[in-house]
Amino acid sequence: MKAKRWSSSLLLLMLGIIVALAGCSGGGSGSSEAQEPDTGQQAEGEVPASSAQDTLIVGRGGDSAALDPAIVTDGESLKIGHQVFDSLLEYKEGTTEIQGSLAESWDVSEDGLEYTFKLRQGVKFHDGTDFNADAVVFNFTRWSDPNSEYKFSGESFYYYDSMFGPEGSRVIKEVKALDEFTVVFTLNQPQGPFLQNLAMTSFGIASPTALQEKGENFKNEPVGTGPFVFKEWRRNDSITLEKNPEYWREGLPKLNRVIVRSIPDNSARFNALQSGEIDLMEDLSPDDLAVLESNPNLQKIERPSNNVGYLGFNLKKEPFNDPKVRLALSHAVNKQGIIDAFFAGQAVPAVNPIPPSMWGYNDSIQDYEYDLNKANQLLAEAGYPDGLPGEYVFYAMPVPRPYMPDGKKVAEVIQADFEKIGVKVTIESPEWATYLDEVREGEKDDMYMLGWTGDNGDPDNFLYTLLDKDAIPSNNYSYYASDELHEILIAAQRENDQDKRAELYEQAQVIIKADAPWVPIVHTTPLLAAQANVKGYVPAPTGSEYYYNIYFE
Amino acid sequence: MKSYLLKRLFVMVPVLIGMTIIVFSIIHAIPGDPAETILGQKATEQSKEELREQLGLNNPWYQQYFTYLGDLLKGDLGQSIRTKVPIAQEIMPYLAATAELTIAAMAFAVFFGVNAGIISAWKQNSWFDYISMLVSLVGVSMPIFWLGLMEQWLFSLKLGWLPSIGRMDQRNPVEAVTHLYLIDSMLAGRWDQLWTVVKHLILPSVALGTIPMAIIARMTRSSMLEVMNSDYVRTAKAKGLSQFFVVYKHALKNAFIPVLTVIGLQTGALLGGAVLTETIFAWPGVGRYIYEAISSRDYPVIQSGILIIAFLFVMINLMVDLLYAAVDPRIRYR
Repeated sequence: MKAKRWSSSLLLLMLGIIVALAGCSGGGSGSSEAQEPDTGQQAEGEVPASSAQDTLIVGRGGDSAALDPAIVTDGESLKIGHQVFDSLLEYKEGTTEIQGSLAESWDVSEDGLEYTFKLRQGVKFHDGTDFNADAVVFNFTRWSDPNSEYKFSGESFYYYDSMFGPEGSRVIKEVKALDEFTVVFTLNQPQGPFLQNLAMTSFGIASPTALQEKGENFKNEPVGTGPFVFKEWRRNDSITLEKNPEYWREGLPKLNRVIVRSIPDNSARFNALQSGEIDLMEDLSPDDLAVLESNPNLQKIERPSNNVGYLGFNLKKEPFNDPKVRLALSHAVNKQGIIDAFFAGQAVPAVNPIPPSMWGYNDSIQDYEYDLNKANQLLAEAGYPDGLPGEYVFYAMPVPRPYMPDGKKVAEVIQADFEKIGVKVTIESPEWATYLDEVREGEKDDMYMLGWTGDNGDPDNFLYTLLDKDAIPSNNYSYYASDELHEILIAAQRENDQDKRAELYEQAQVIIKADAPWVPIVHTTPLLAAQANVKGYVPAPTGSEYYYNIYFE
Repeated sequence: MKSYLLKRLFVMVPVLIGMTIIVFSIIHAIPGDPAETILGQKATEQSKEELREQLGLNNPWYQQYFTYLGDLLKGDLGQSIRTKVPIAQEIMPYLAATAELTIAAMAFAVFFGVNAGIISAWKQNSWFDYISMLVSLVGVSMPIFWLGLMEQWLFSLKLGWLPSIGRMDQRNPVEAVTHLYLIDSMLAGRWDQLWTVVKHLILPSVALGTIPMAIIARMTRSSMLEVMNSDYVRTAKAKGLSQFFVVYKHALKNAFIPVLTVIGLQTGALLGGAVLTETIFAWPGVGRYIYEAISSRDYPVIQSGILIIAFLFVMINLMVDLLYAAVDPRIRYR
């Protein structure tokens, strides 16, 4: 009897709670209809000066992994790091050209081995300590010393290692403070992209005091000199940044607060933008473009392209070691058709491996036009009048990438065209990690699709990293080895004059075009969207831009 | 009752060990080099080797397993590779977010499911019966993804009644103490925020609760129908007790055991299976936490996350078993 009563009262209690909840929700929808949902609450609210219009809410697809930009490689993490930290140099708004940031000016020695930086004076970290030459030395020591006590459990400085050479082959020999505001970098060998590298968000200068005090927790509570001060992080949900009132750029930032929210689903993010819950969204799906353009309250924003998606040949395999065969197939890829079908026009056909917005891009190179007759003819000249014998394995990405939203479908289009000129391919798409492994080994695939997003805005980061013979087997998946190209790329690395370097890279692109180890397919332009009253937002090709110029009209 | 409880607890031990073995083996059967996936295309060979060493990926599998088990017993769930934060610390807010959503969704599902089931059985073959069974059929077959987006479109975009994403008004947040925002806003005495938190809960919990609601409704109905035809119900009716009393008191008690099973199973399923809902509504729950760990090959997080979900599932089943015993004395004595 006792048990009985207990169970029925439990049930009643449960029902009671639910009725109460349901009652709340029913009444609620009615009453909130009367008042504007968000702003109404704020008027009576406890937040004093901040009206909605000086808080920017950004919606993006993923969360940061960590907030210390030195230990991360993902774009989402760097995006926040960019607001909190300044590097010695930075990229001019909307480009990849460098300009001074924490360093006001610099000199390079004749031999390219010594860089002297004059630092900006009177800059303070968010914790109130002074920025000076010692802070710069402290940070570079932290990144380069494998036994640094500020390299915490599980951390490694990937970008330092990859841009300035791993332990054992470091580019930077020494960083020394000459006086309070002068720093001298001595290099082991000249590095053409050195300044370009220094401007990366990953080399943002952190407060030494904060690193010492917070230790392992620094990655959760970052302290830099940037335009925004880190306030709060709710993982997978939101990151709140507040205006740095002592920012060294006079009068900036214009916003009081930025809240960056993670909203993984593209459609949901777009819904939130339309309903006014967020002001700016990243990664608009091209399918939503029509809706966006028909809504006068919203605006479309394009990010300059900094990537390439390509079809690579495996030069270890017959007959793709023959440049004539590669040329023939280059004429059989319908780039514009692919862009129209799968990119909703948000991409440009790629001619060269580097994106057209980058300095050193060779405008005079003509692309191989899409012409199947020409392709057939070239195949015949290569000794295959009836098409290639046998069937070849074509690896297509199993996951969407920024440079290729649907690799398999693109591969199918290419497959159909190849079939018309007598080249039979079968498409394979193993799981992503396996895919990368196998393409790198180059045993199973005859051709493959892949892409690259630039790190530092330097052509070296595309051409040398992806196509030099030194890059076999790390990123040169085509096993393309050209000594002629190698000489030019190395010469460009050792050169400090940007004009001369640009010339060398233009030559390099000519060689690559003639050898055709790849068919470059597209450079995509990522789409963003914002409320129409959001002004002053200039997206950067690197994927991270300052929010300090943004304001509401 | 006590011996029953002990017996149940004892049975759990091999289940828990089995769980660790299964979780461990599934993850190690996945192909591909985790070091490569974690560090990405741009990593150097040296940093990859360092990482393999650090993760113990170079050790034989049994050694990896026992290290893992030992750490677990110490309460160490490992450190996330992606975020470099201890998982035991990192996972709490996610669990709280999931708990809040699951409880709200199940409250919705149980209230509407059980009542619809009872009334359908009571008024069998009435228009209410037909409609509610049709609704539950649609409910079971509705893709959550679609339902969620439609809800957002209607209630947030078109009508503007409810917020479409997140857990609270971020412009004016409440300090996170328990990470259960309903409780946090009450603790802070922020009644305005409590109301926004409730509003944020409505759409995702309806989306998440629809399938369980439909299943519960169907189960309740068929179970009630069986009981309603039994002798003791007829007797109760013959005694002249009110219909309502007969249905909700006498019949429901016996009909409730299978329903309880379904509720338990569904609650467990929601814990880790809310990935879609959490994705659409940008809800920072544990399902998404694990899902994202999978795409970045964050082995420790996948292992510990799945293990915790499995553990909670086992606990919920235990509670359901104990509830059986409370509702039906025959079970205790078996």
